[in-house]
Amino acid sequence: MDCRLPSCLPGCSHGPAFPAGRWSTHLPICRWFCRLLGIRGPIGSWLFEWFDIRLVFTTAGAALACAVMSFPLMLRAIRLSLEAVDPGLEQAARSLGAGPIDRFATVTLPLAAPGVLVGAIVGFASSLGDFGAVITFAGNIPGRTQTLPLAIFTALQTPGGEATAARLSMVSIALAVTGLLAADWIGKRLQRLTGR
Amino acid sequence: MSLSVRFQHRFPTLTLDIAFEAASVGVTVLFGPSGCAKSTVAAAIAGLLHPDSGRIVVEGTELFDSTTGIDVPPERRRIGTVFQDARLFPHMTVLSNLRYGERRAPPGSIRLDEIVDLLGIEHLLKRRSPTLSGGERQRVAIGRALLSQPRLLAMDEPLASLDGRRKAEILPFLARLKTKLALPVIYITHSLEELASLADTLVLIDSGRVIAMGPLDELASRGDLPIAVRDDAGAVLSARVVEHDRTRGLTVLDCSGTRLLVPLLEAAPETRLRVRVPAREVILATEHVGASSVHNVLEGTVRGINPDPAHEAILVEVQLQGTRLLARVTPDALESLHIAPTRPILALVKSVSIETLPG
Repeated sequence: MDCRLPSCLPGCSHGPAFPAGRWSTHLPICRWFCRLLGIRGPIGSWLFEWFDIRLVFTTAGAALACAVMSFPLMLRAIRLSLEAVDPGLEQAARSLGAGPIDRFATVTLPLAAPGVLVGAIVGFASSLGDFGAVITFAGNIPGRTQTLPLAIFTALQTPGGEATAARLSMVSIALAVTGLLAADWIGKRLQRLTGR
Repeated sequence: MSLSVRFQHRFPTLTLDIAFEAASVGVTVLFGPSGCAKSTVAAAIAGLLHPDSGRIVVEGTELFDSTTGIDVPPERRRIGTVFQDARLFPHMTVLSNLRYGERRAPPGSIRLDEIVDLLGIEHLLKRRSPTLSGGERQRVAIGRALLSQPRLLAMDEPLASLDGRRKAEILPFLARLKTKLALPVIYITHSLEELASLADTLVLIDSGRVIAMGPLDELASRGDLPIAVRDDAGAVLSARVVEHDRTRGLTVLDCSGTRLLVPLLEAAPETRLRVRVPAREVILATEHVGASSVHNVLEGTVRGINPDPAHEAILVEVQLQGTRLLARVTPDALESLHIAPTRPILALVKSVSIETLPG
């Protein structure tokens, strides 16, 4: 299936029903993404021909779209935590004979683990709410690329689907809260392990 | 000489011009006031600072040479570094901390059980480093640095962040290390106590330059150096226990020919130790006094006279048999006794005012 723009934007037919703010920022990124990774795009065609991997309109594609959209948010959290690791400890590791990769793996990364976890939560949360990227790149195929927000959206578009939408929203909330609680618990353990 | 350091480095407020050499065994203390960039020397040796120019050679290996562009990265220099703030890895146990350097080092002669025993840290091995006290942390940090089988141990004010009690707790361990391990040690401090108990060679640094360098007993008894004008200045003599006089409660020490009496020590004859004779505790006389409580009446000659304006006093260097003392007296005493260079003099030292130090 080719990824030409019109087919890439099924939501256009729905017009004003889209959450306008987010959609407008996503659009250019998604467009480039489709061009690159569509099976006629420079990367997509190569992946398809050599490895038989198709990303557009697949589950993997939906995951990739979420990853790309949440990556900048995650990156910021993770970077801050990496920078907060005491450079003195890295110097100590250096003086004890640890090379750059070695000391990153044994000192910097373990000490930044709580921050990496925060990054993961941010990534999870933003993926949980992502709408535009998935629908643009992977479509809204039930059972394959339909994420929770897409399912809620679809339910709302269906006459009499409000109850379904409400149920799905509850699932979404439950997932978010569970994720937060789990992250909080793991975070506390990590903090203890890293001695803070 | 197994360590040769010579480098220049320009900081915004200070220009460093350091050059010194150290023997392959023994402790070289870099001594100077706070803020005179002593720590920079340790950082340059460890490779954590890149001097503008210079050359650093340890045990015949060139670590840095600005003319040929050699600059070995810190992880391959094998300089065991002990920092002022210990810098133990907080996410590891004491044992993992100790093993961190060991695992990355070539096989060497320093063994884990030996170090654990020497530093008395066996009961700490399973603990995590944030739960340790300052003194315990510093001991683990020293062990960790030693287990990386270093060519040289560089200690940057390892006791500076500890209070007096903790310091007293670690100093004996350091003195033991010094005698047990054949390793060159660079020790940076501004504490006269640490200097007196650990140094073999002394490098005095002030405002970024080396102002004097030599054996400790020689420099400590000089009156013209900045260390002599400190309140607690005094000569440091290396001594040997000769015998104990238990009935009188005294121990006889031999300091390269000069006999000193000190209160009874718990040390076997022939033990080597150090004594510190504070300059303010030395009385000068030109003739023997009658009955007095002074045990040590030492004959010598006046070697040098230096002013000590900070104490409104005069520092007199006294040459004894094989060793030297430093005495702080008032200008009035100097005048009334007609003390002048090369004149014979008696130095009176109370046995209780002599401090004995390990090593």
